[in-house]
Amino acid sequence: MTELKQVPQSSAANGPVAAAVLSCGLGCFLLGVLAVAGDGSKNVAAALNFYNPTGALSGVTTVAIALWLICWVVLVIRWRNKSVAFGKVSALAFLLLTLGLLLTFPPFGDLLLGR
Amino acid sequence: MEVTQRELVTMIHGMLFGGFFLLALFGMLILLLERSSPDRIEADVNTAQPTHRWQTLYFFLLIATGWAAVLSGAYILYPWYRAVAPAGADLALYPKFLLTAHPYTAGWHNFGMEWKEHVAWIAPMSSTMVAWVMMKHRTAWNANRVVRSTVLGFAVAAFLAAAIAGGWGAMINKNAPVEGGASIQLMGSAR
Repeated sequence: MTELKQVPQSSAANGPVAAAVLSCGLGCFLLGVLAVAGDGSKNVAAALNFYNPTGALSGVTTVAIALWLICWVVLVIRWRNKSVAFGKVSALAFLLLTLGLLLTFPPFGDLLLGR
Repeated sequence: MEVTQRELVTMIHGMLFGGFFLLALFGMLILLLERSSPDRIEADVNTAQPTHRWQTLYFFLLIATGWAAVLSGAYILYPWYRAVAPAGADLALYPKFLLTAHPYTAGWHNFGMEWKEHVAWIAPMSSTMVAWVMMKHRTAWNANRVVRSTVLGFAVAAFLAAAIAGGWGAMINKNAPVEGGASIQLMGSAR
């Protein structure tokens, strides 16, 4: 009985988890990109000013979260019953997460903006 | 003993939502580490037990407080913090302008708040993903070491992001507290 249970465990489709991980990394990266873009351009900041009392932060976070969730849904639908190369997905997700964390760090953003 | 309305909202944002979220994230890290041990994985695979109800509730509370912390921060407190001070106004009621008015305190805003207001969002995003995997995809978690390391990595990132945001928030509020609004009496005055 134990062996019978272990077979589906080891061959389980990892697509939905890969979709969740990759879309989360992408969402964090987009958050960082939008934060730097809003900081560097008055036009972008004005476009991202969805709610005036909060300023550009409202658009930066709303757009990043919306794209994260859309990406998550699309990838889950595409990878629902599939097993993907999780190592590659993981490496890409960590790269995006790291870049997202770096881009939210003001000295790094300033460096990119040439300040 | 009384607090102003804005001080009360700040406490709810930082100590209730933010504080609970940070503690819960640490608890989640311990839970993930415990579930990564070979003995635990073997037991999970052999018995195929569903997620305990209290654990599901814990994950829901974790996610709810994380999102409540960033949303209350961005849409209630941040507008009070960044409100533009009219000419001749008492800067104590305009924390951003109080901080940036002096070069010795400007860094609290130009570095601290600029970092905190963005990095904070990575915490609920990552923890939502981690909680979802732990509630819905335990089979994939048990089956693959790379899945476990990846999810654990995102949980660590969520904890660090929340700690950075919470730490800066506490220090900024110490230097330029958000004040104003109606006074709320908590207890009768001591004689």
